[in-house]
Amino acid sequence: MPIKLPIYMDNNATTPLDPRVLEAMMPYLTTEFGNAASRSHPFGWKAEEAVDRAREQIAALIGGNEKEIVFTSGATESINLALKGAGEFYKEKGNHIITVRTEHKATLDTAKRLERQGFDVTYLPTDKFGRISAQQLREAITDKTILVSVMLANNEIGTLQPIAELGEVTREKGVLFHVDAVQGVGKVPFDVEKMKVDLASLSAHKIYGPKGIGALWVRRKPRVRIAPIIDGGGHERGMRSGTLNVPGIVGFGQAAELAQQLMPEEGKRTYQLRKKLQDYLFGHLDHLELNGHPTERLPGNLNASFAYVEGEALMMAIKNVAVSSGSACTSASLEPSYVLRACGVSEDLAHTSIRFGIGRFNTDDEVDYVGKYVVEQVKRLREMSPLYEMANEGIDLSKIEWAAH
Amino acid sequence: MAYGDKVLDHYENPRNVGTLDKNDPNVGTGLVGAPACGDVMRLQVKISDDGKIEDAKFKTFGCGSAIASSSLVTEWVKGKSVDEAMTIKNTQIAKELALPPVKIHCSVLAEDAIKAAIADWKKKKGLSAQPQTPAEEKRIDG
Repeated sequence: MPIKLPIYMDNNATTPLDPRVLEAMMPYLTTEFGNAASRSHPFGWKAEEAVDRAREQIAALIGGNEKEIVFTSGATESINLALKGAGEFYKEKGNHIITVRTEHKATLDTAKRLERQGFDVTYLPTDKFGRISAQQLREAITDKTILVSVMLANNEIGTLQPIAELGEVTREKGVLFHVDAVQGVGKVPFDVEKMKVDLASLSAHKIYGPKGIGALWVRRKPRVRIAPIIDGGGHERGMRSGTLNVPGIVGFGQAAELAQQLMPEEGKRTYQLRKKLQDYLFGHLDHLELNGHPTERLPGNLNASFAYVEGEALMMAIKNVAVSSGSACTSASLEPSYVLRACGVSEDLAHTSIRFGIGRFNTDDEVDYVGKYVVEQVKRLREMSPLYEMANEGIDLSKIEWAAH
Repeated sequence: MAYGDKVLDHYENPRNVGTLDKNDPNVGTGLVGAPACGDVMRLQVKISDDGKIEDAKFKTFGCGSAIASSSLVTEWVKGKSVDEAMTIKNTQIAKELALPPVKIHCSVLAEDAIKAAIADWKKKKGLSAQPQTPAEEKRIDG
């Protein structure tokens, strides 16, 4: 089958809507338009039934109970609600929160706001692969600690955190444990009971569902309390007011059910495709560095630094493939990826990083195409790179006094 | 980031990529930028005895705008006298390539590269070490 260009290989940013998800949503975008909070007529009842079914589908994916799902506008809101909501509710008990330097900005920026409101936040450093240990967490917990927030999988480098081990520590210490499960759920096993999680943030659009819908799972036994950050009609047991996004919720539910069914096969397949791409690139290019953990990572995530080739230039060169870069030139801030920097990757190499996100709809042929294409373009750009020429002449680039600008 | 046609043209068909012999007394080499900042330009000019730029080559590590800026200046300096080349301003480069504000520093770097290459040639020739005027600071980043 001919390859259709451009190829989408940025599935850590978002995923395409699965046609089966769209099919499930269609009635709720058309005829079944009722408000799930309307208790007085069949339009409302049908919407409520559909929402309740989605709660079951999502709860089943994470091993929770359907009554513990709070729908939100997306994972950024879920994370805000978890941190601000638990912070507000438990602030009499303590004012210390622990998180990690490589977390998503939704967590880090929320934590920074809480710091301005009087909370103390510890940002745990990671090892060079982006992981923290249970021992590190244990040592950071004080008698003032109320909440620990750690991601299941990193969005840039795909590194998996040892959630089950961290959950043992937080449970033993009586501290709440929030997991930003956005990137990992549906890709790697995640069970809120087995892993002793108290709060979990989820997003539909990373698992082939629609954008604009997410959830916060909030443990009921033992009960976890959070103060709402949005007030209004008292929806979602008062934790999140606002008319429910019924079509989005139905799509989220369908996406969760599909993810649960497909995960064993899809996990293997995306892993094999990623491994194939990784082996091809490392077999055909020198001066290539893997970012993130060699084994403890999302099956479809490959993040690598192509030394001496700037990331944005490389993305322009491989314009038939949609990927992303940790290069400064792709961000508004002109700072290279803070995640890579937290892992100890030098600024030079952070500027040359590319993230490939292989997903459900990528094919073997696409991976072959991308591998050859990337190798060809990296070689072309290296021929244009003064740094590559100097490195090959044996000049130690770190010894040169560069005029910083 | 969406690029203008001229940036894309220079990026996809860069002019004068290559290396001149840096030990040739008639060749001036300018190396500006830093890997940690995400861009390094090396511009080389070959200058005839009557002060004309006969040839220019570049190699650049950097984004599309940085590559396009260096490609453009190699075209511009060729055939110019040293004094004429010294008058090229980053604002002209930015205007020609329609660089967005966030990419202005690429044009600043290209102007610096010309000045550095000519300064290197002058040094080799033992010409008056005119104080090198760095490109005007019209960039928004650090």
